[in-house]
Amino acid sequence: MGQVQEEHRTSPAAAEEAELLARLREGDERAFESLVESHHGRMIAVALNYVKTRDIAEEVVQEAWLGVLRGLDRFEGRSSLKTWILRILVNTAATRGGREGRSLPFSSLAPAGEESPAVEPERFRPPGEAFAGHWNSYPGDWTTLPEEALSGRETLAVVKRAIAELPESQRSVITMRDIAGCSADEVCETLEVSPGNQRVLLHRARSHVRAALERHLDD
Amino acid sequence: MTESDDHITCREVVELVTDYFEGKLPADEAELFEQHLNFCEGCAWYVEQMRATVTAVGRISEEDIPPKARERLLTAFRDWKR
Repeated sequence: MGQVQEEHRTSPAAAEEAELLARLREGDERAFESLVESHHGRMIAVALNYVKTRDIAEEVVQEAWLGVLRGLDRFEGRSSLKTWILRILVNTAATRGGREGRSLPFSSLAPAGEESPAVEPERFRPPGEAFAGHWNSYPGDWTTLPEEALSGRETLAVVKRAIAELPESQRSVITMRDIAGCSADEVCETLEVSPGNQRVLLHRARSHVRAALERHLDD
Repeated sequence: MTESDDHITCREVVELVTDYFEGKLPADEAELFEQHLNFCEGCAWYVEQMRATVTAVGRISEEDIPPKARERLLTAFRDWKR
């Protein structure tokens, strides 16, 4: 079973996924366990966009998995398993977040509106001067930093705080792309945003986190 | 859109970097972007900072599932199978 439905997706990843699905449907516990393990971290991260605490995020993820189990026999493989699971999660989390008054409808958060440059304009030479638009002074060379400067606990806390400060639309996109490891297409599909909007939101979000890291690392 | 068609400024580079990573810059702009990085150390470092940022954000997901949550899910899976 499953073979016929997935016939139109022929990549190795799709073949691997068809096999995983077959094992899940047969009730293979190991398959389910590894599926849960490989998705858990990213699902918590995504859920935290919609609910306030880690405990509630954990509950939401549990609820989403139950939804996955309920829908597994009907899953037809039109999207990837990962996209399908994330969509169930986002729906579950948004419902829960809505009850708690945290979440806003995504469509009301289009990226258009005030321009916020990635880097403060004062860091570049002003128009009319020689080398207008070029750096006043260069940003730091992070490639020479010791490994732990960018991976230490403190730095991770800076990154988390910077993401938490973002407007919801930007936070959702950076979470799905860079934490959950979704593709641009998967984000557009799950959050129902256009490819152009997705890139604008991702750009603003990453630029904001970079600026926070820069302030932290320059200290 | 860039302000000039034969070069781009550092101020433009910092706004184009995501489109560049995503492979969504038109070919001529991508070429200007890469030319700029070849002679501008500041922008080369900036682009590296953005790469490092993406890597740092990616580290957030390295969290394990609590054992109790795992047990509950496995129980649910066993029940589902029946």
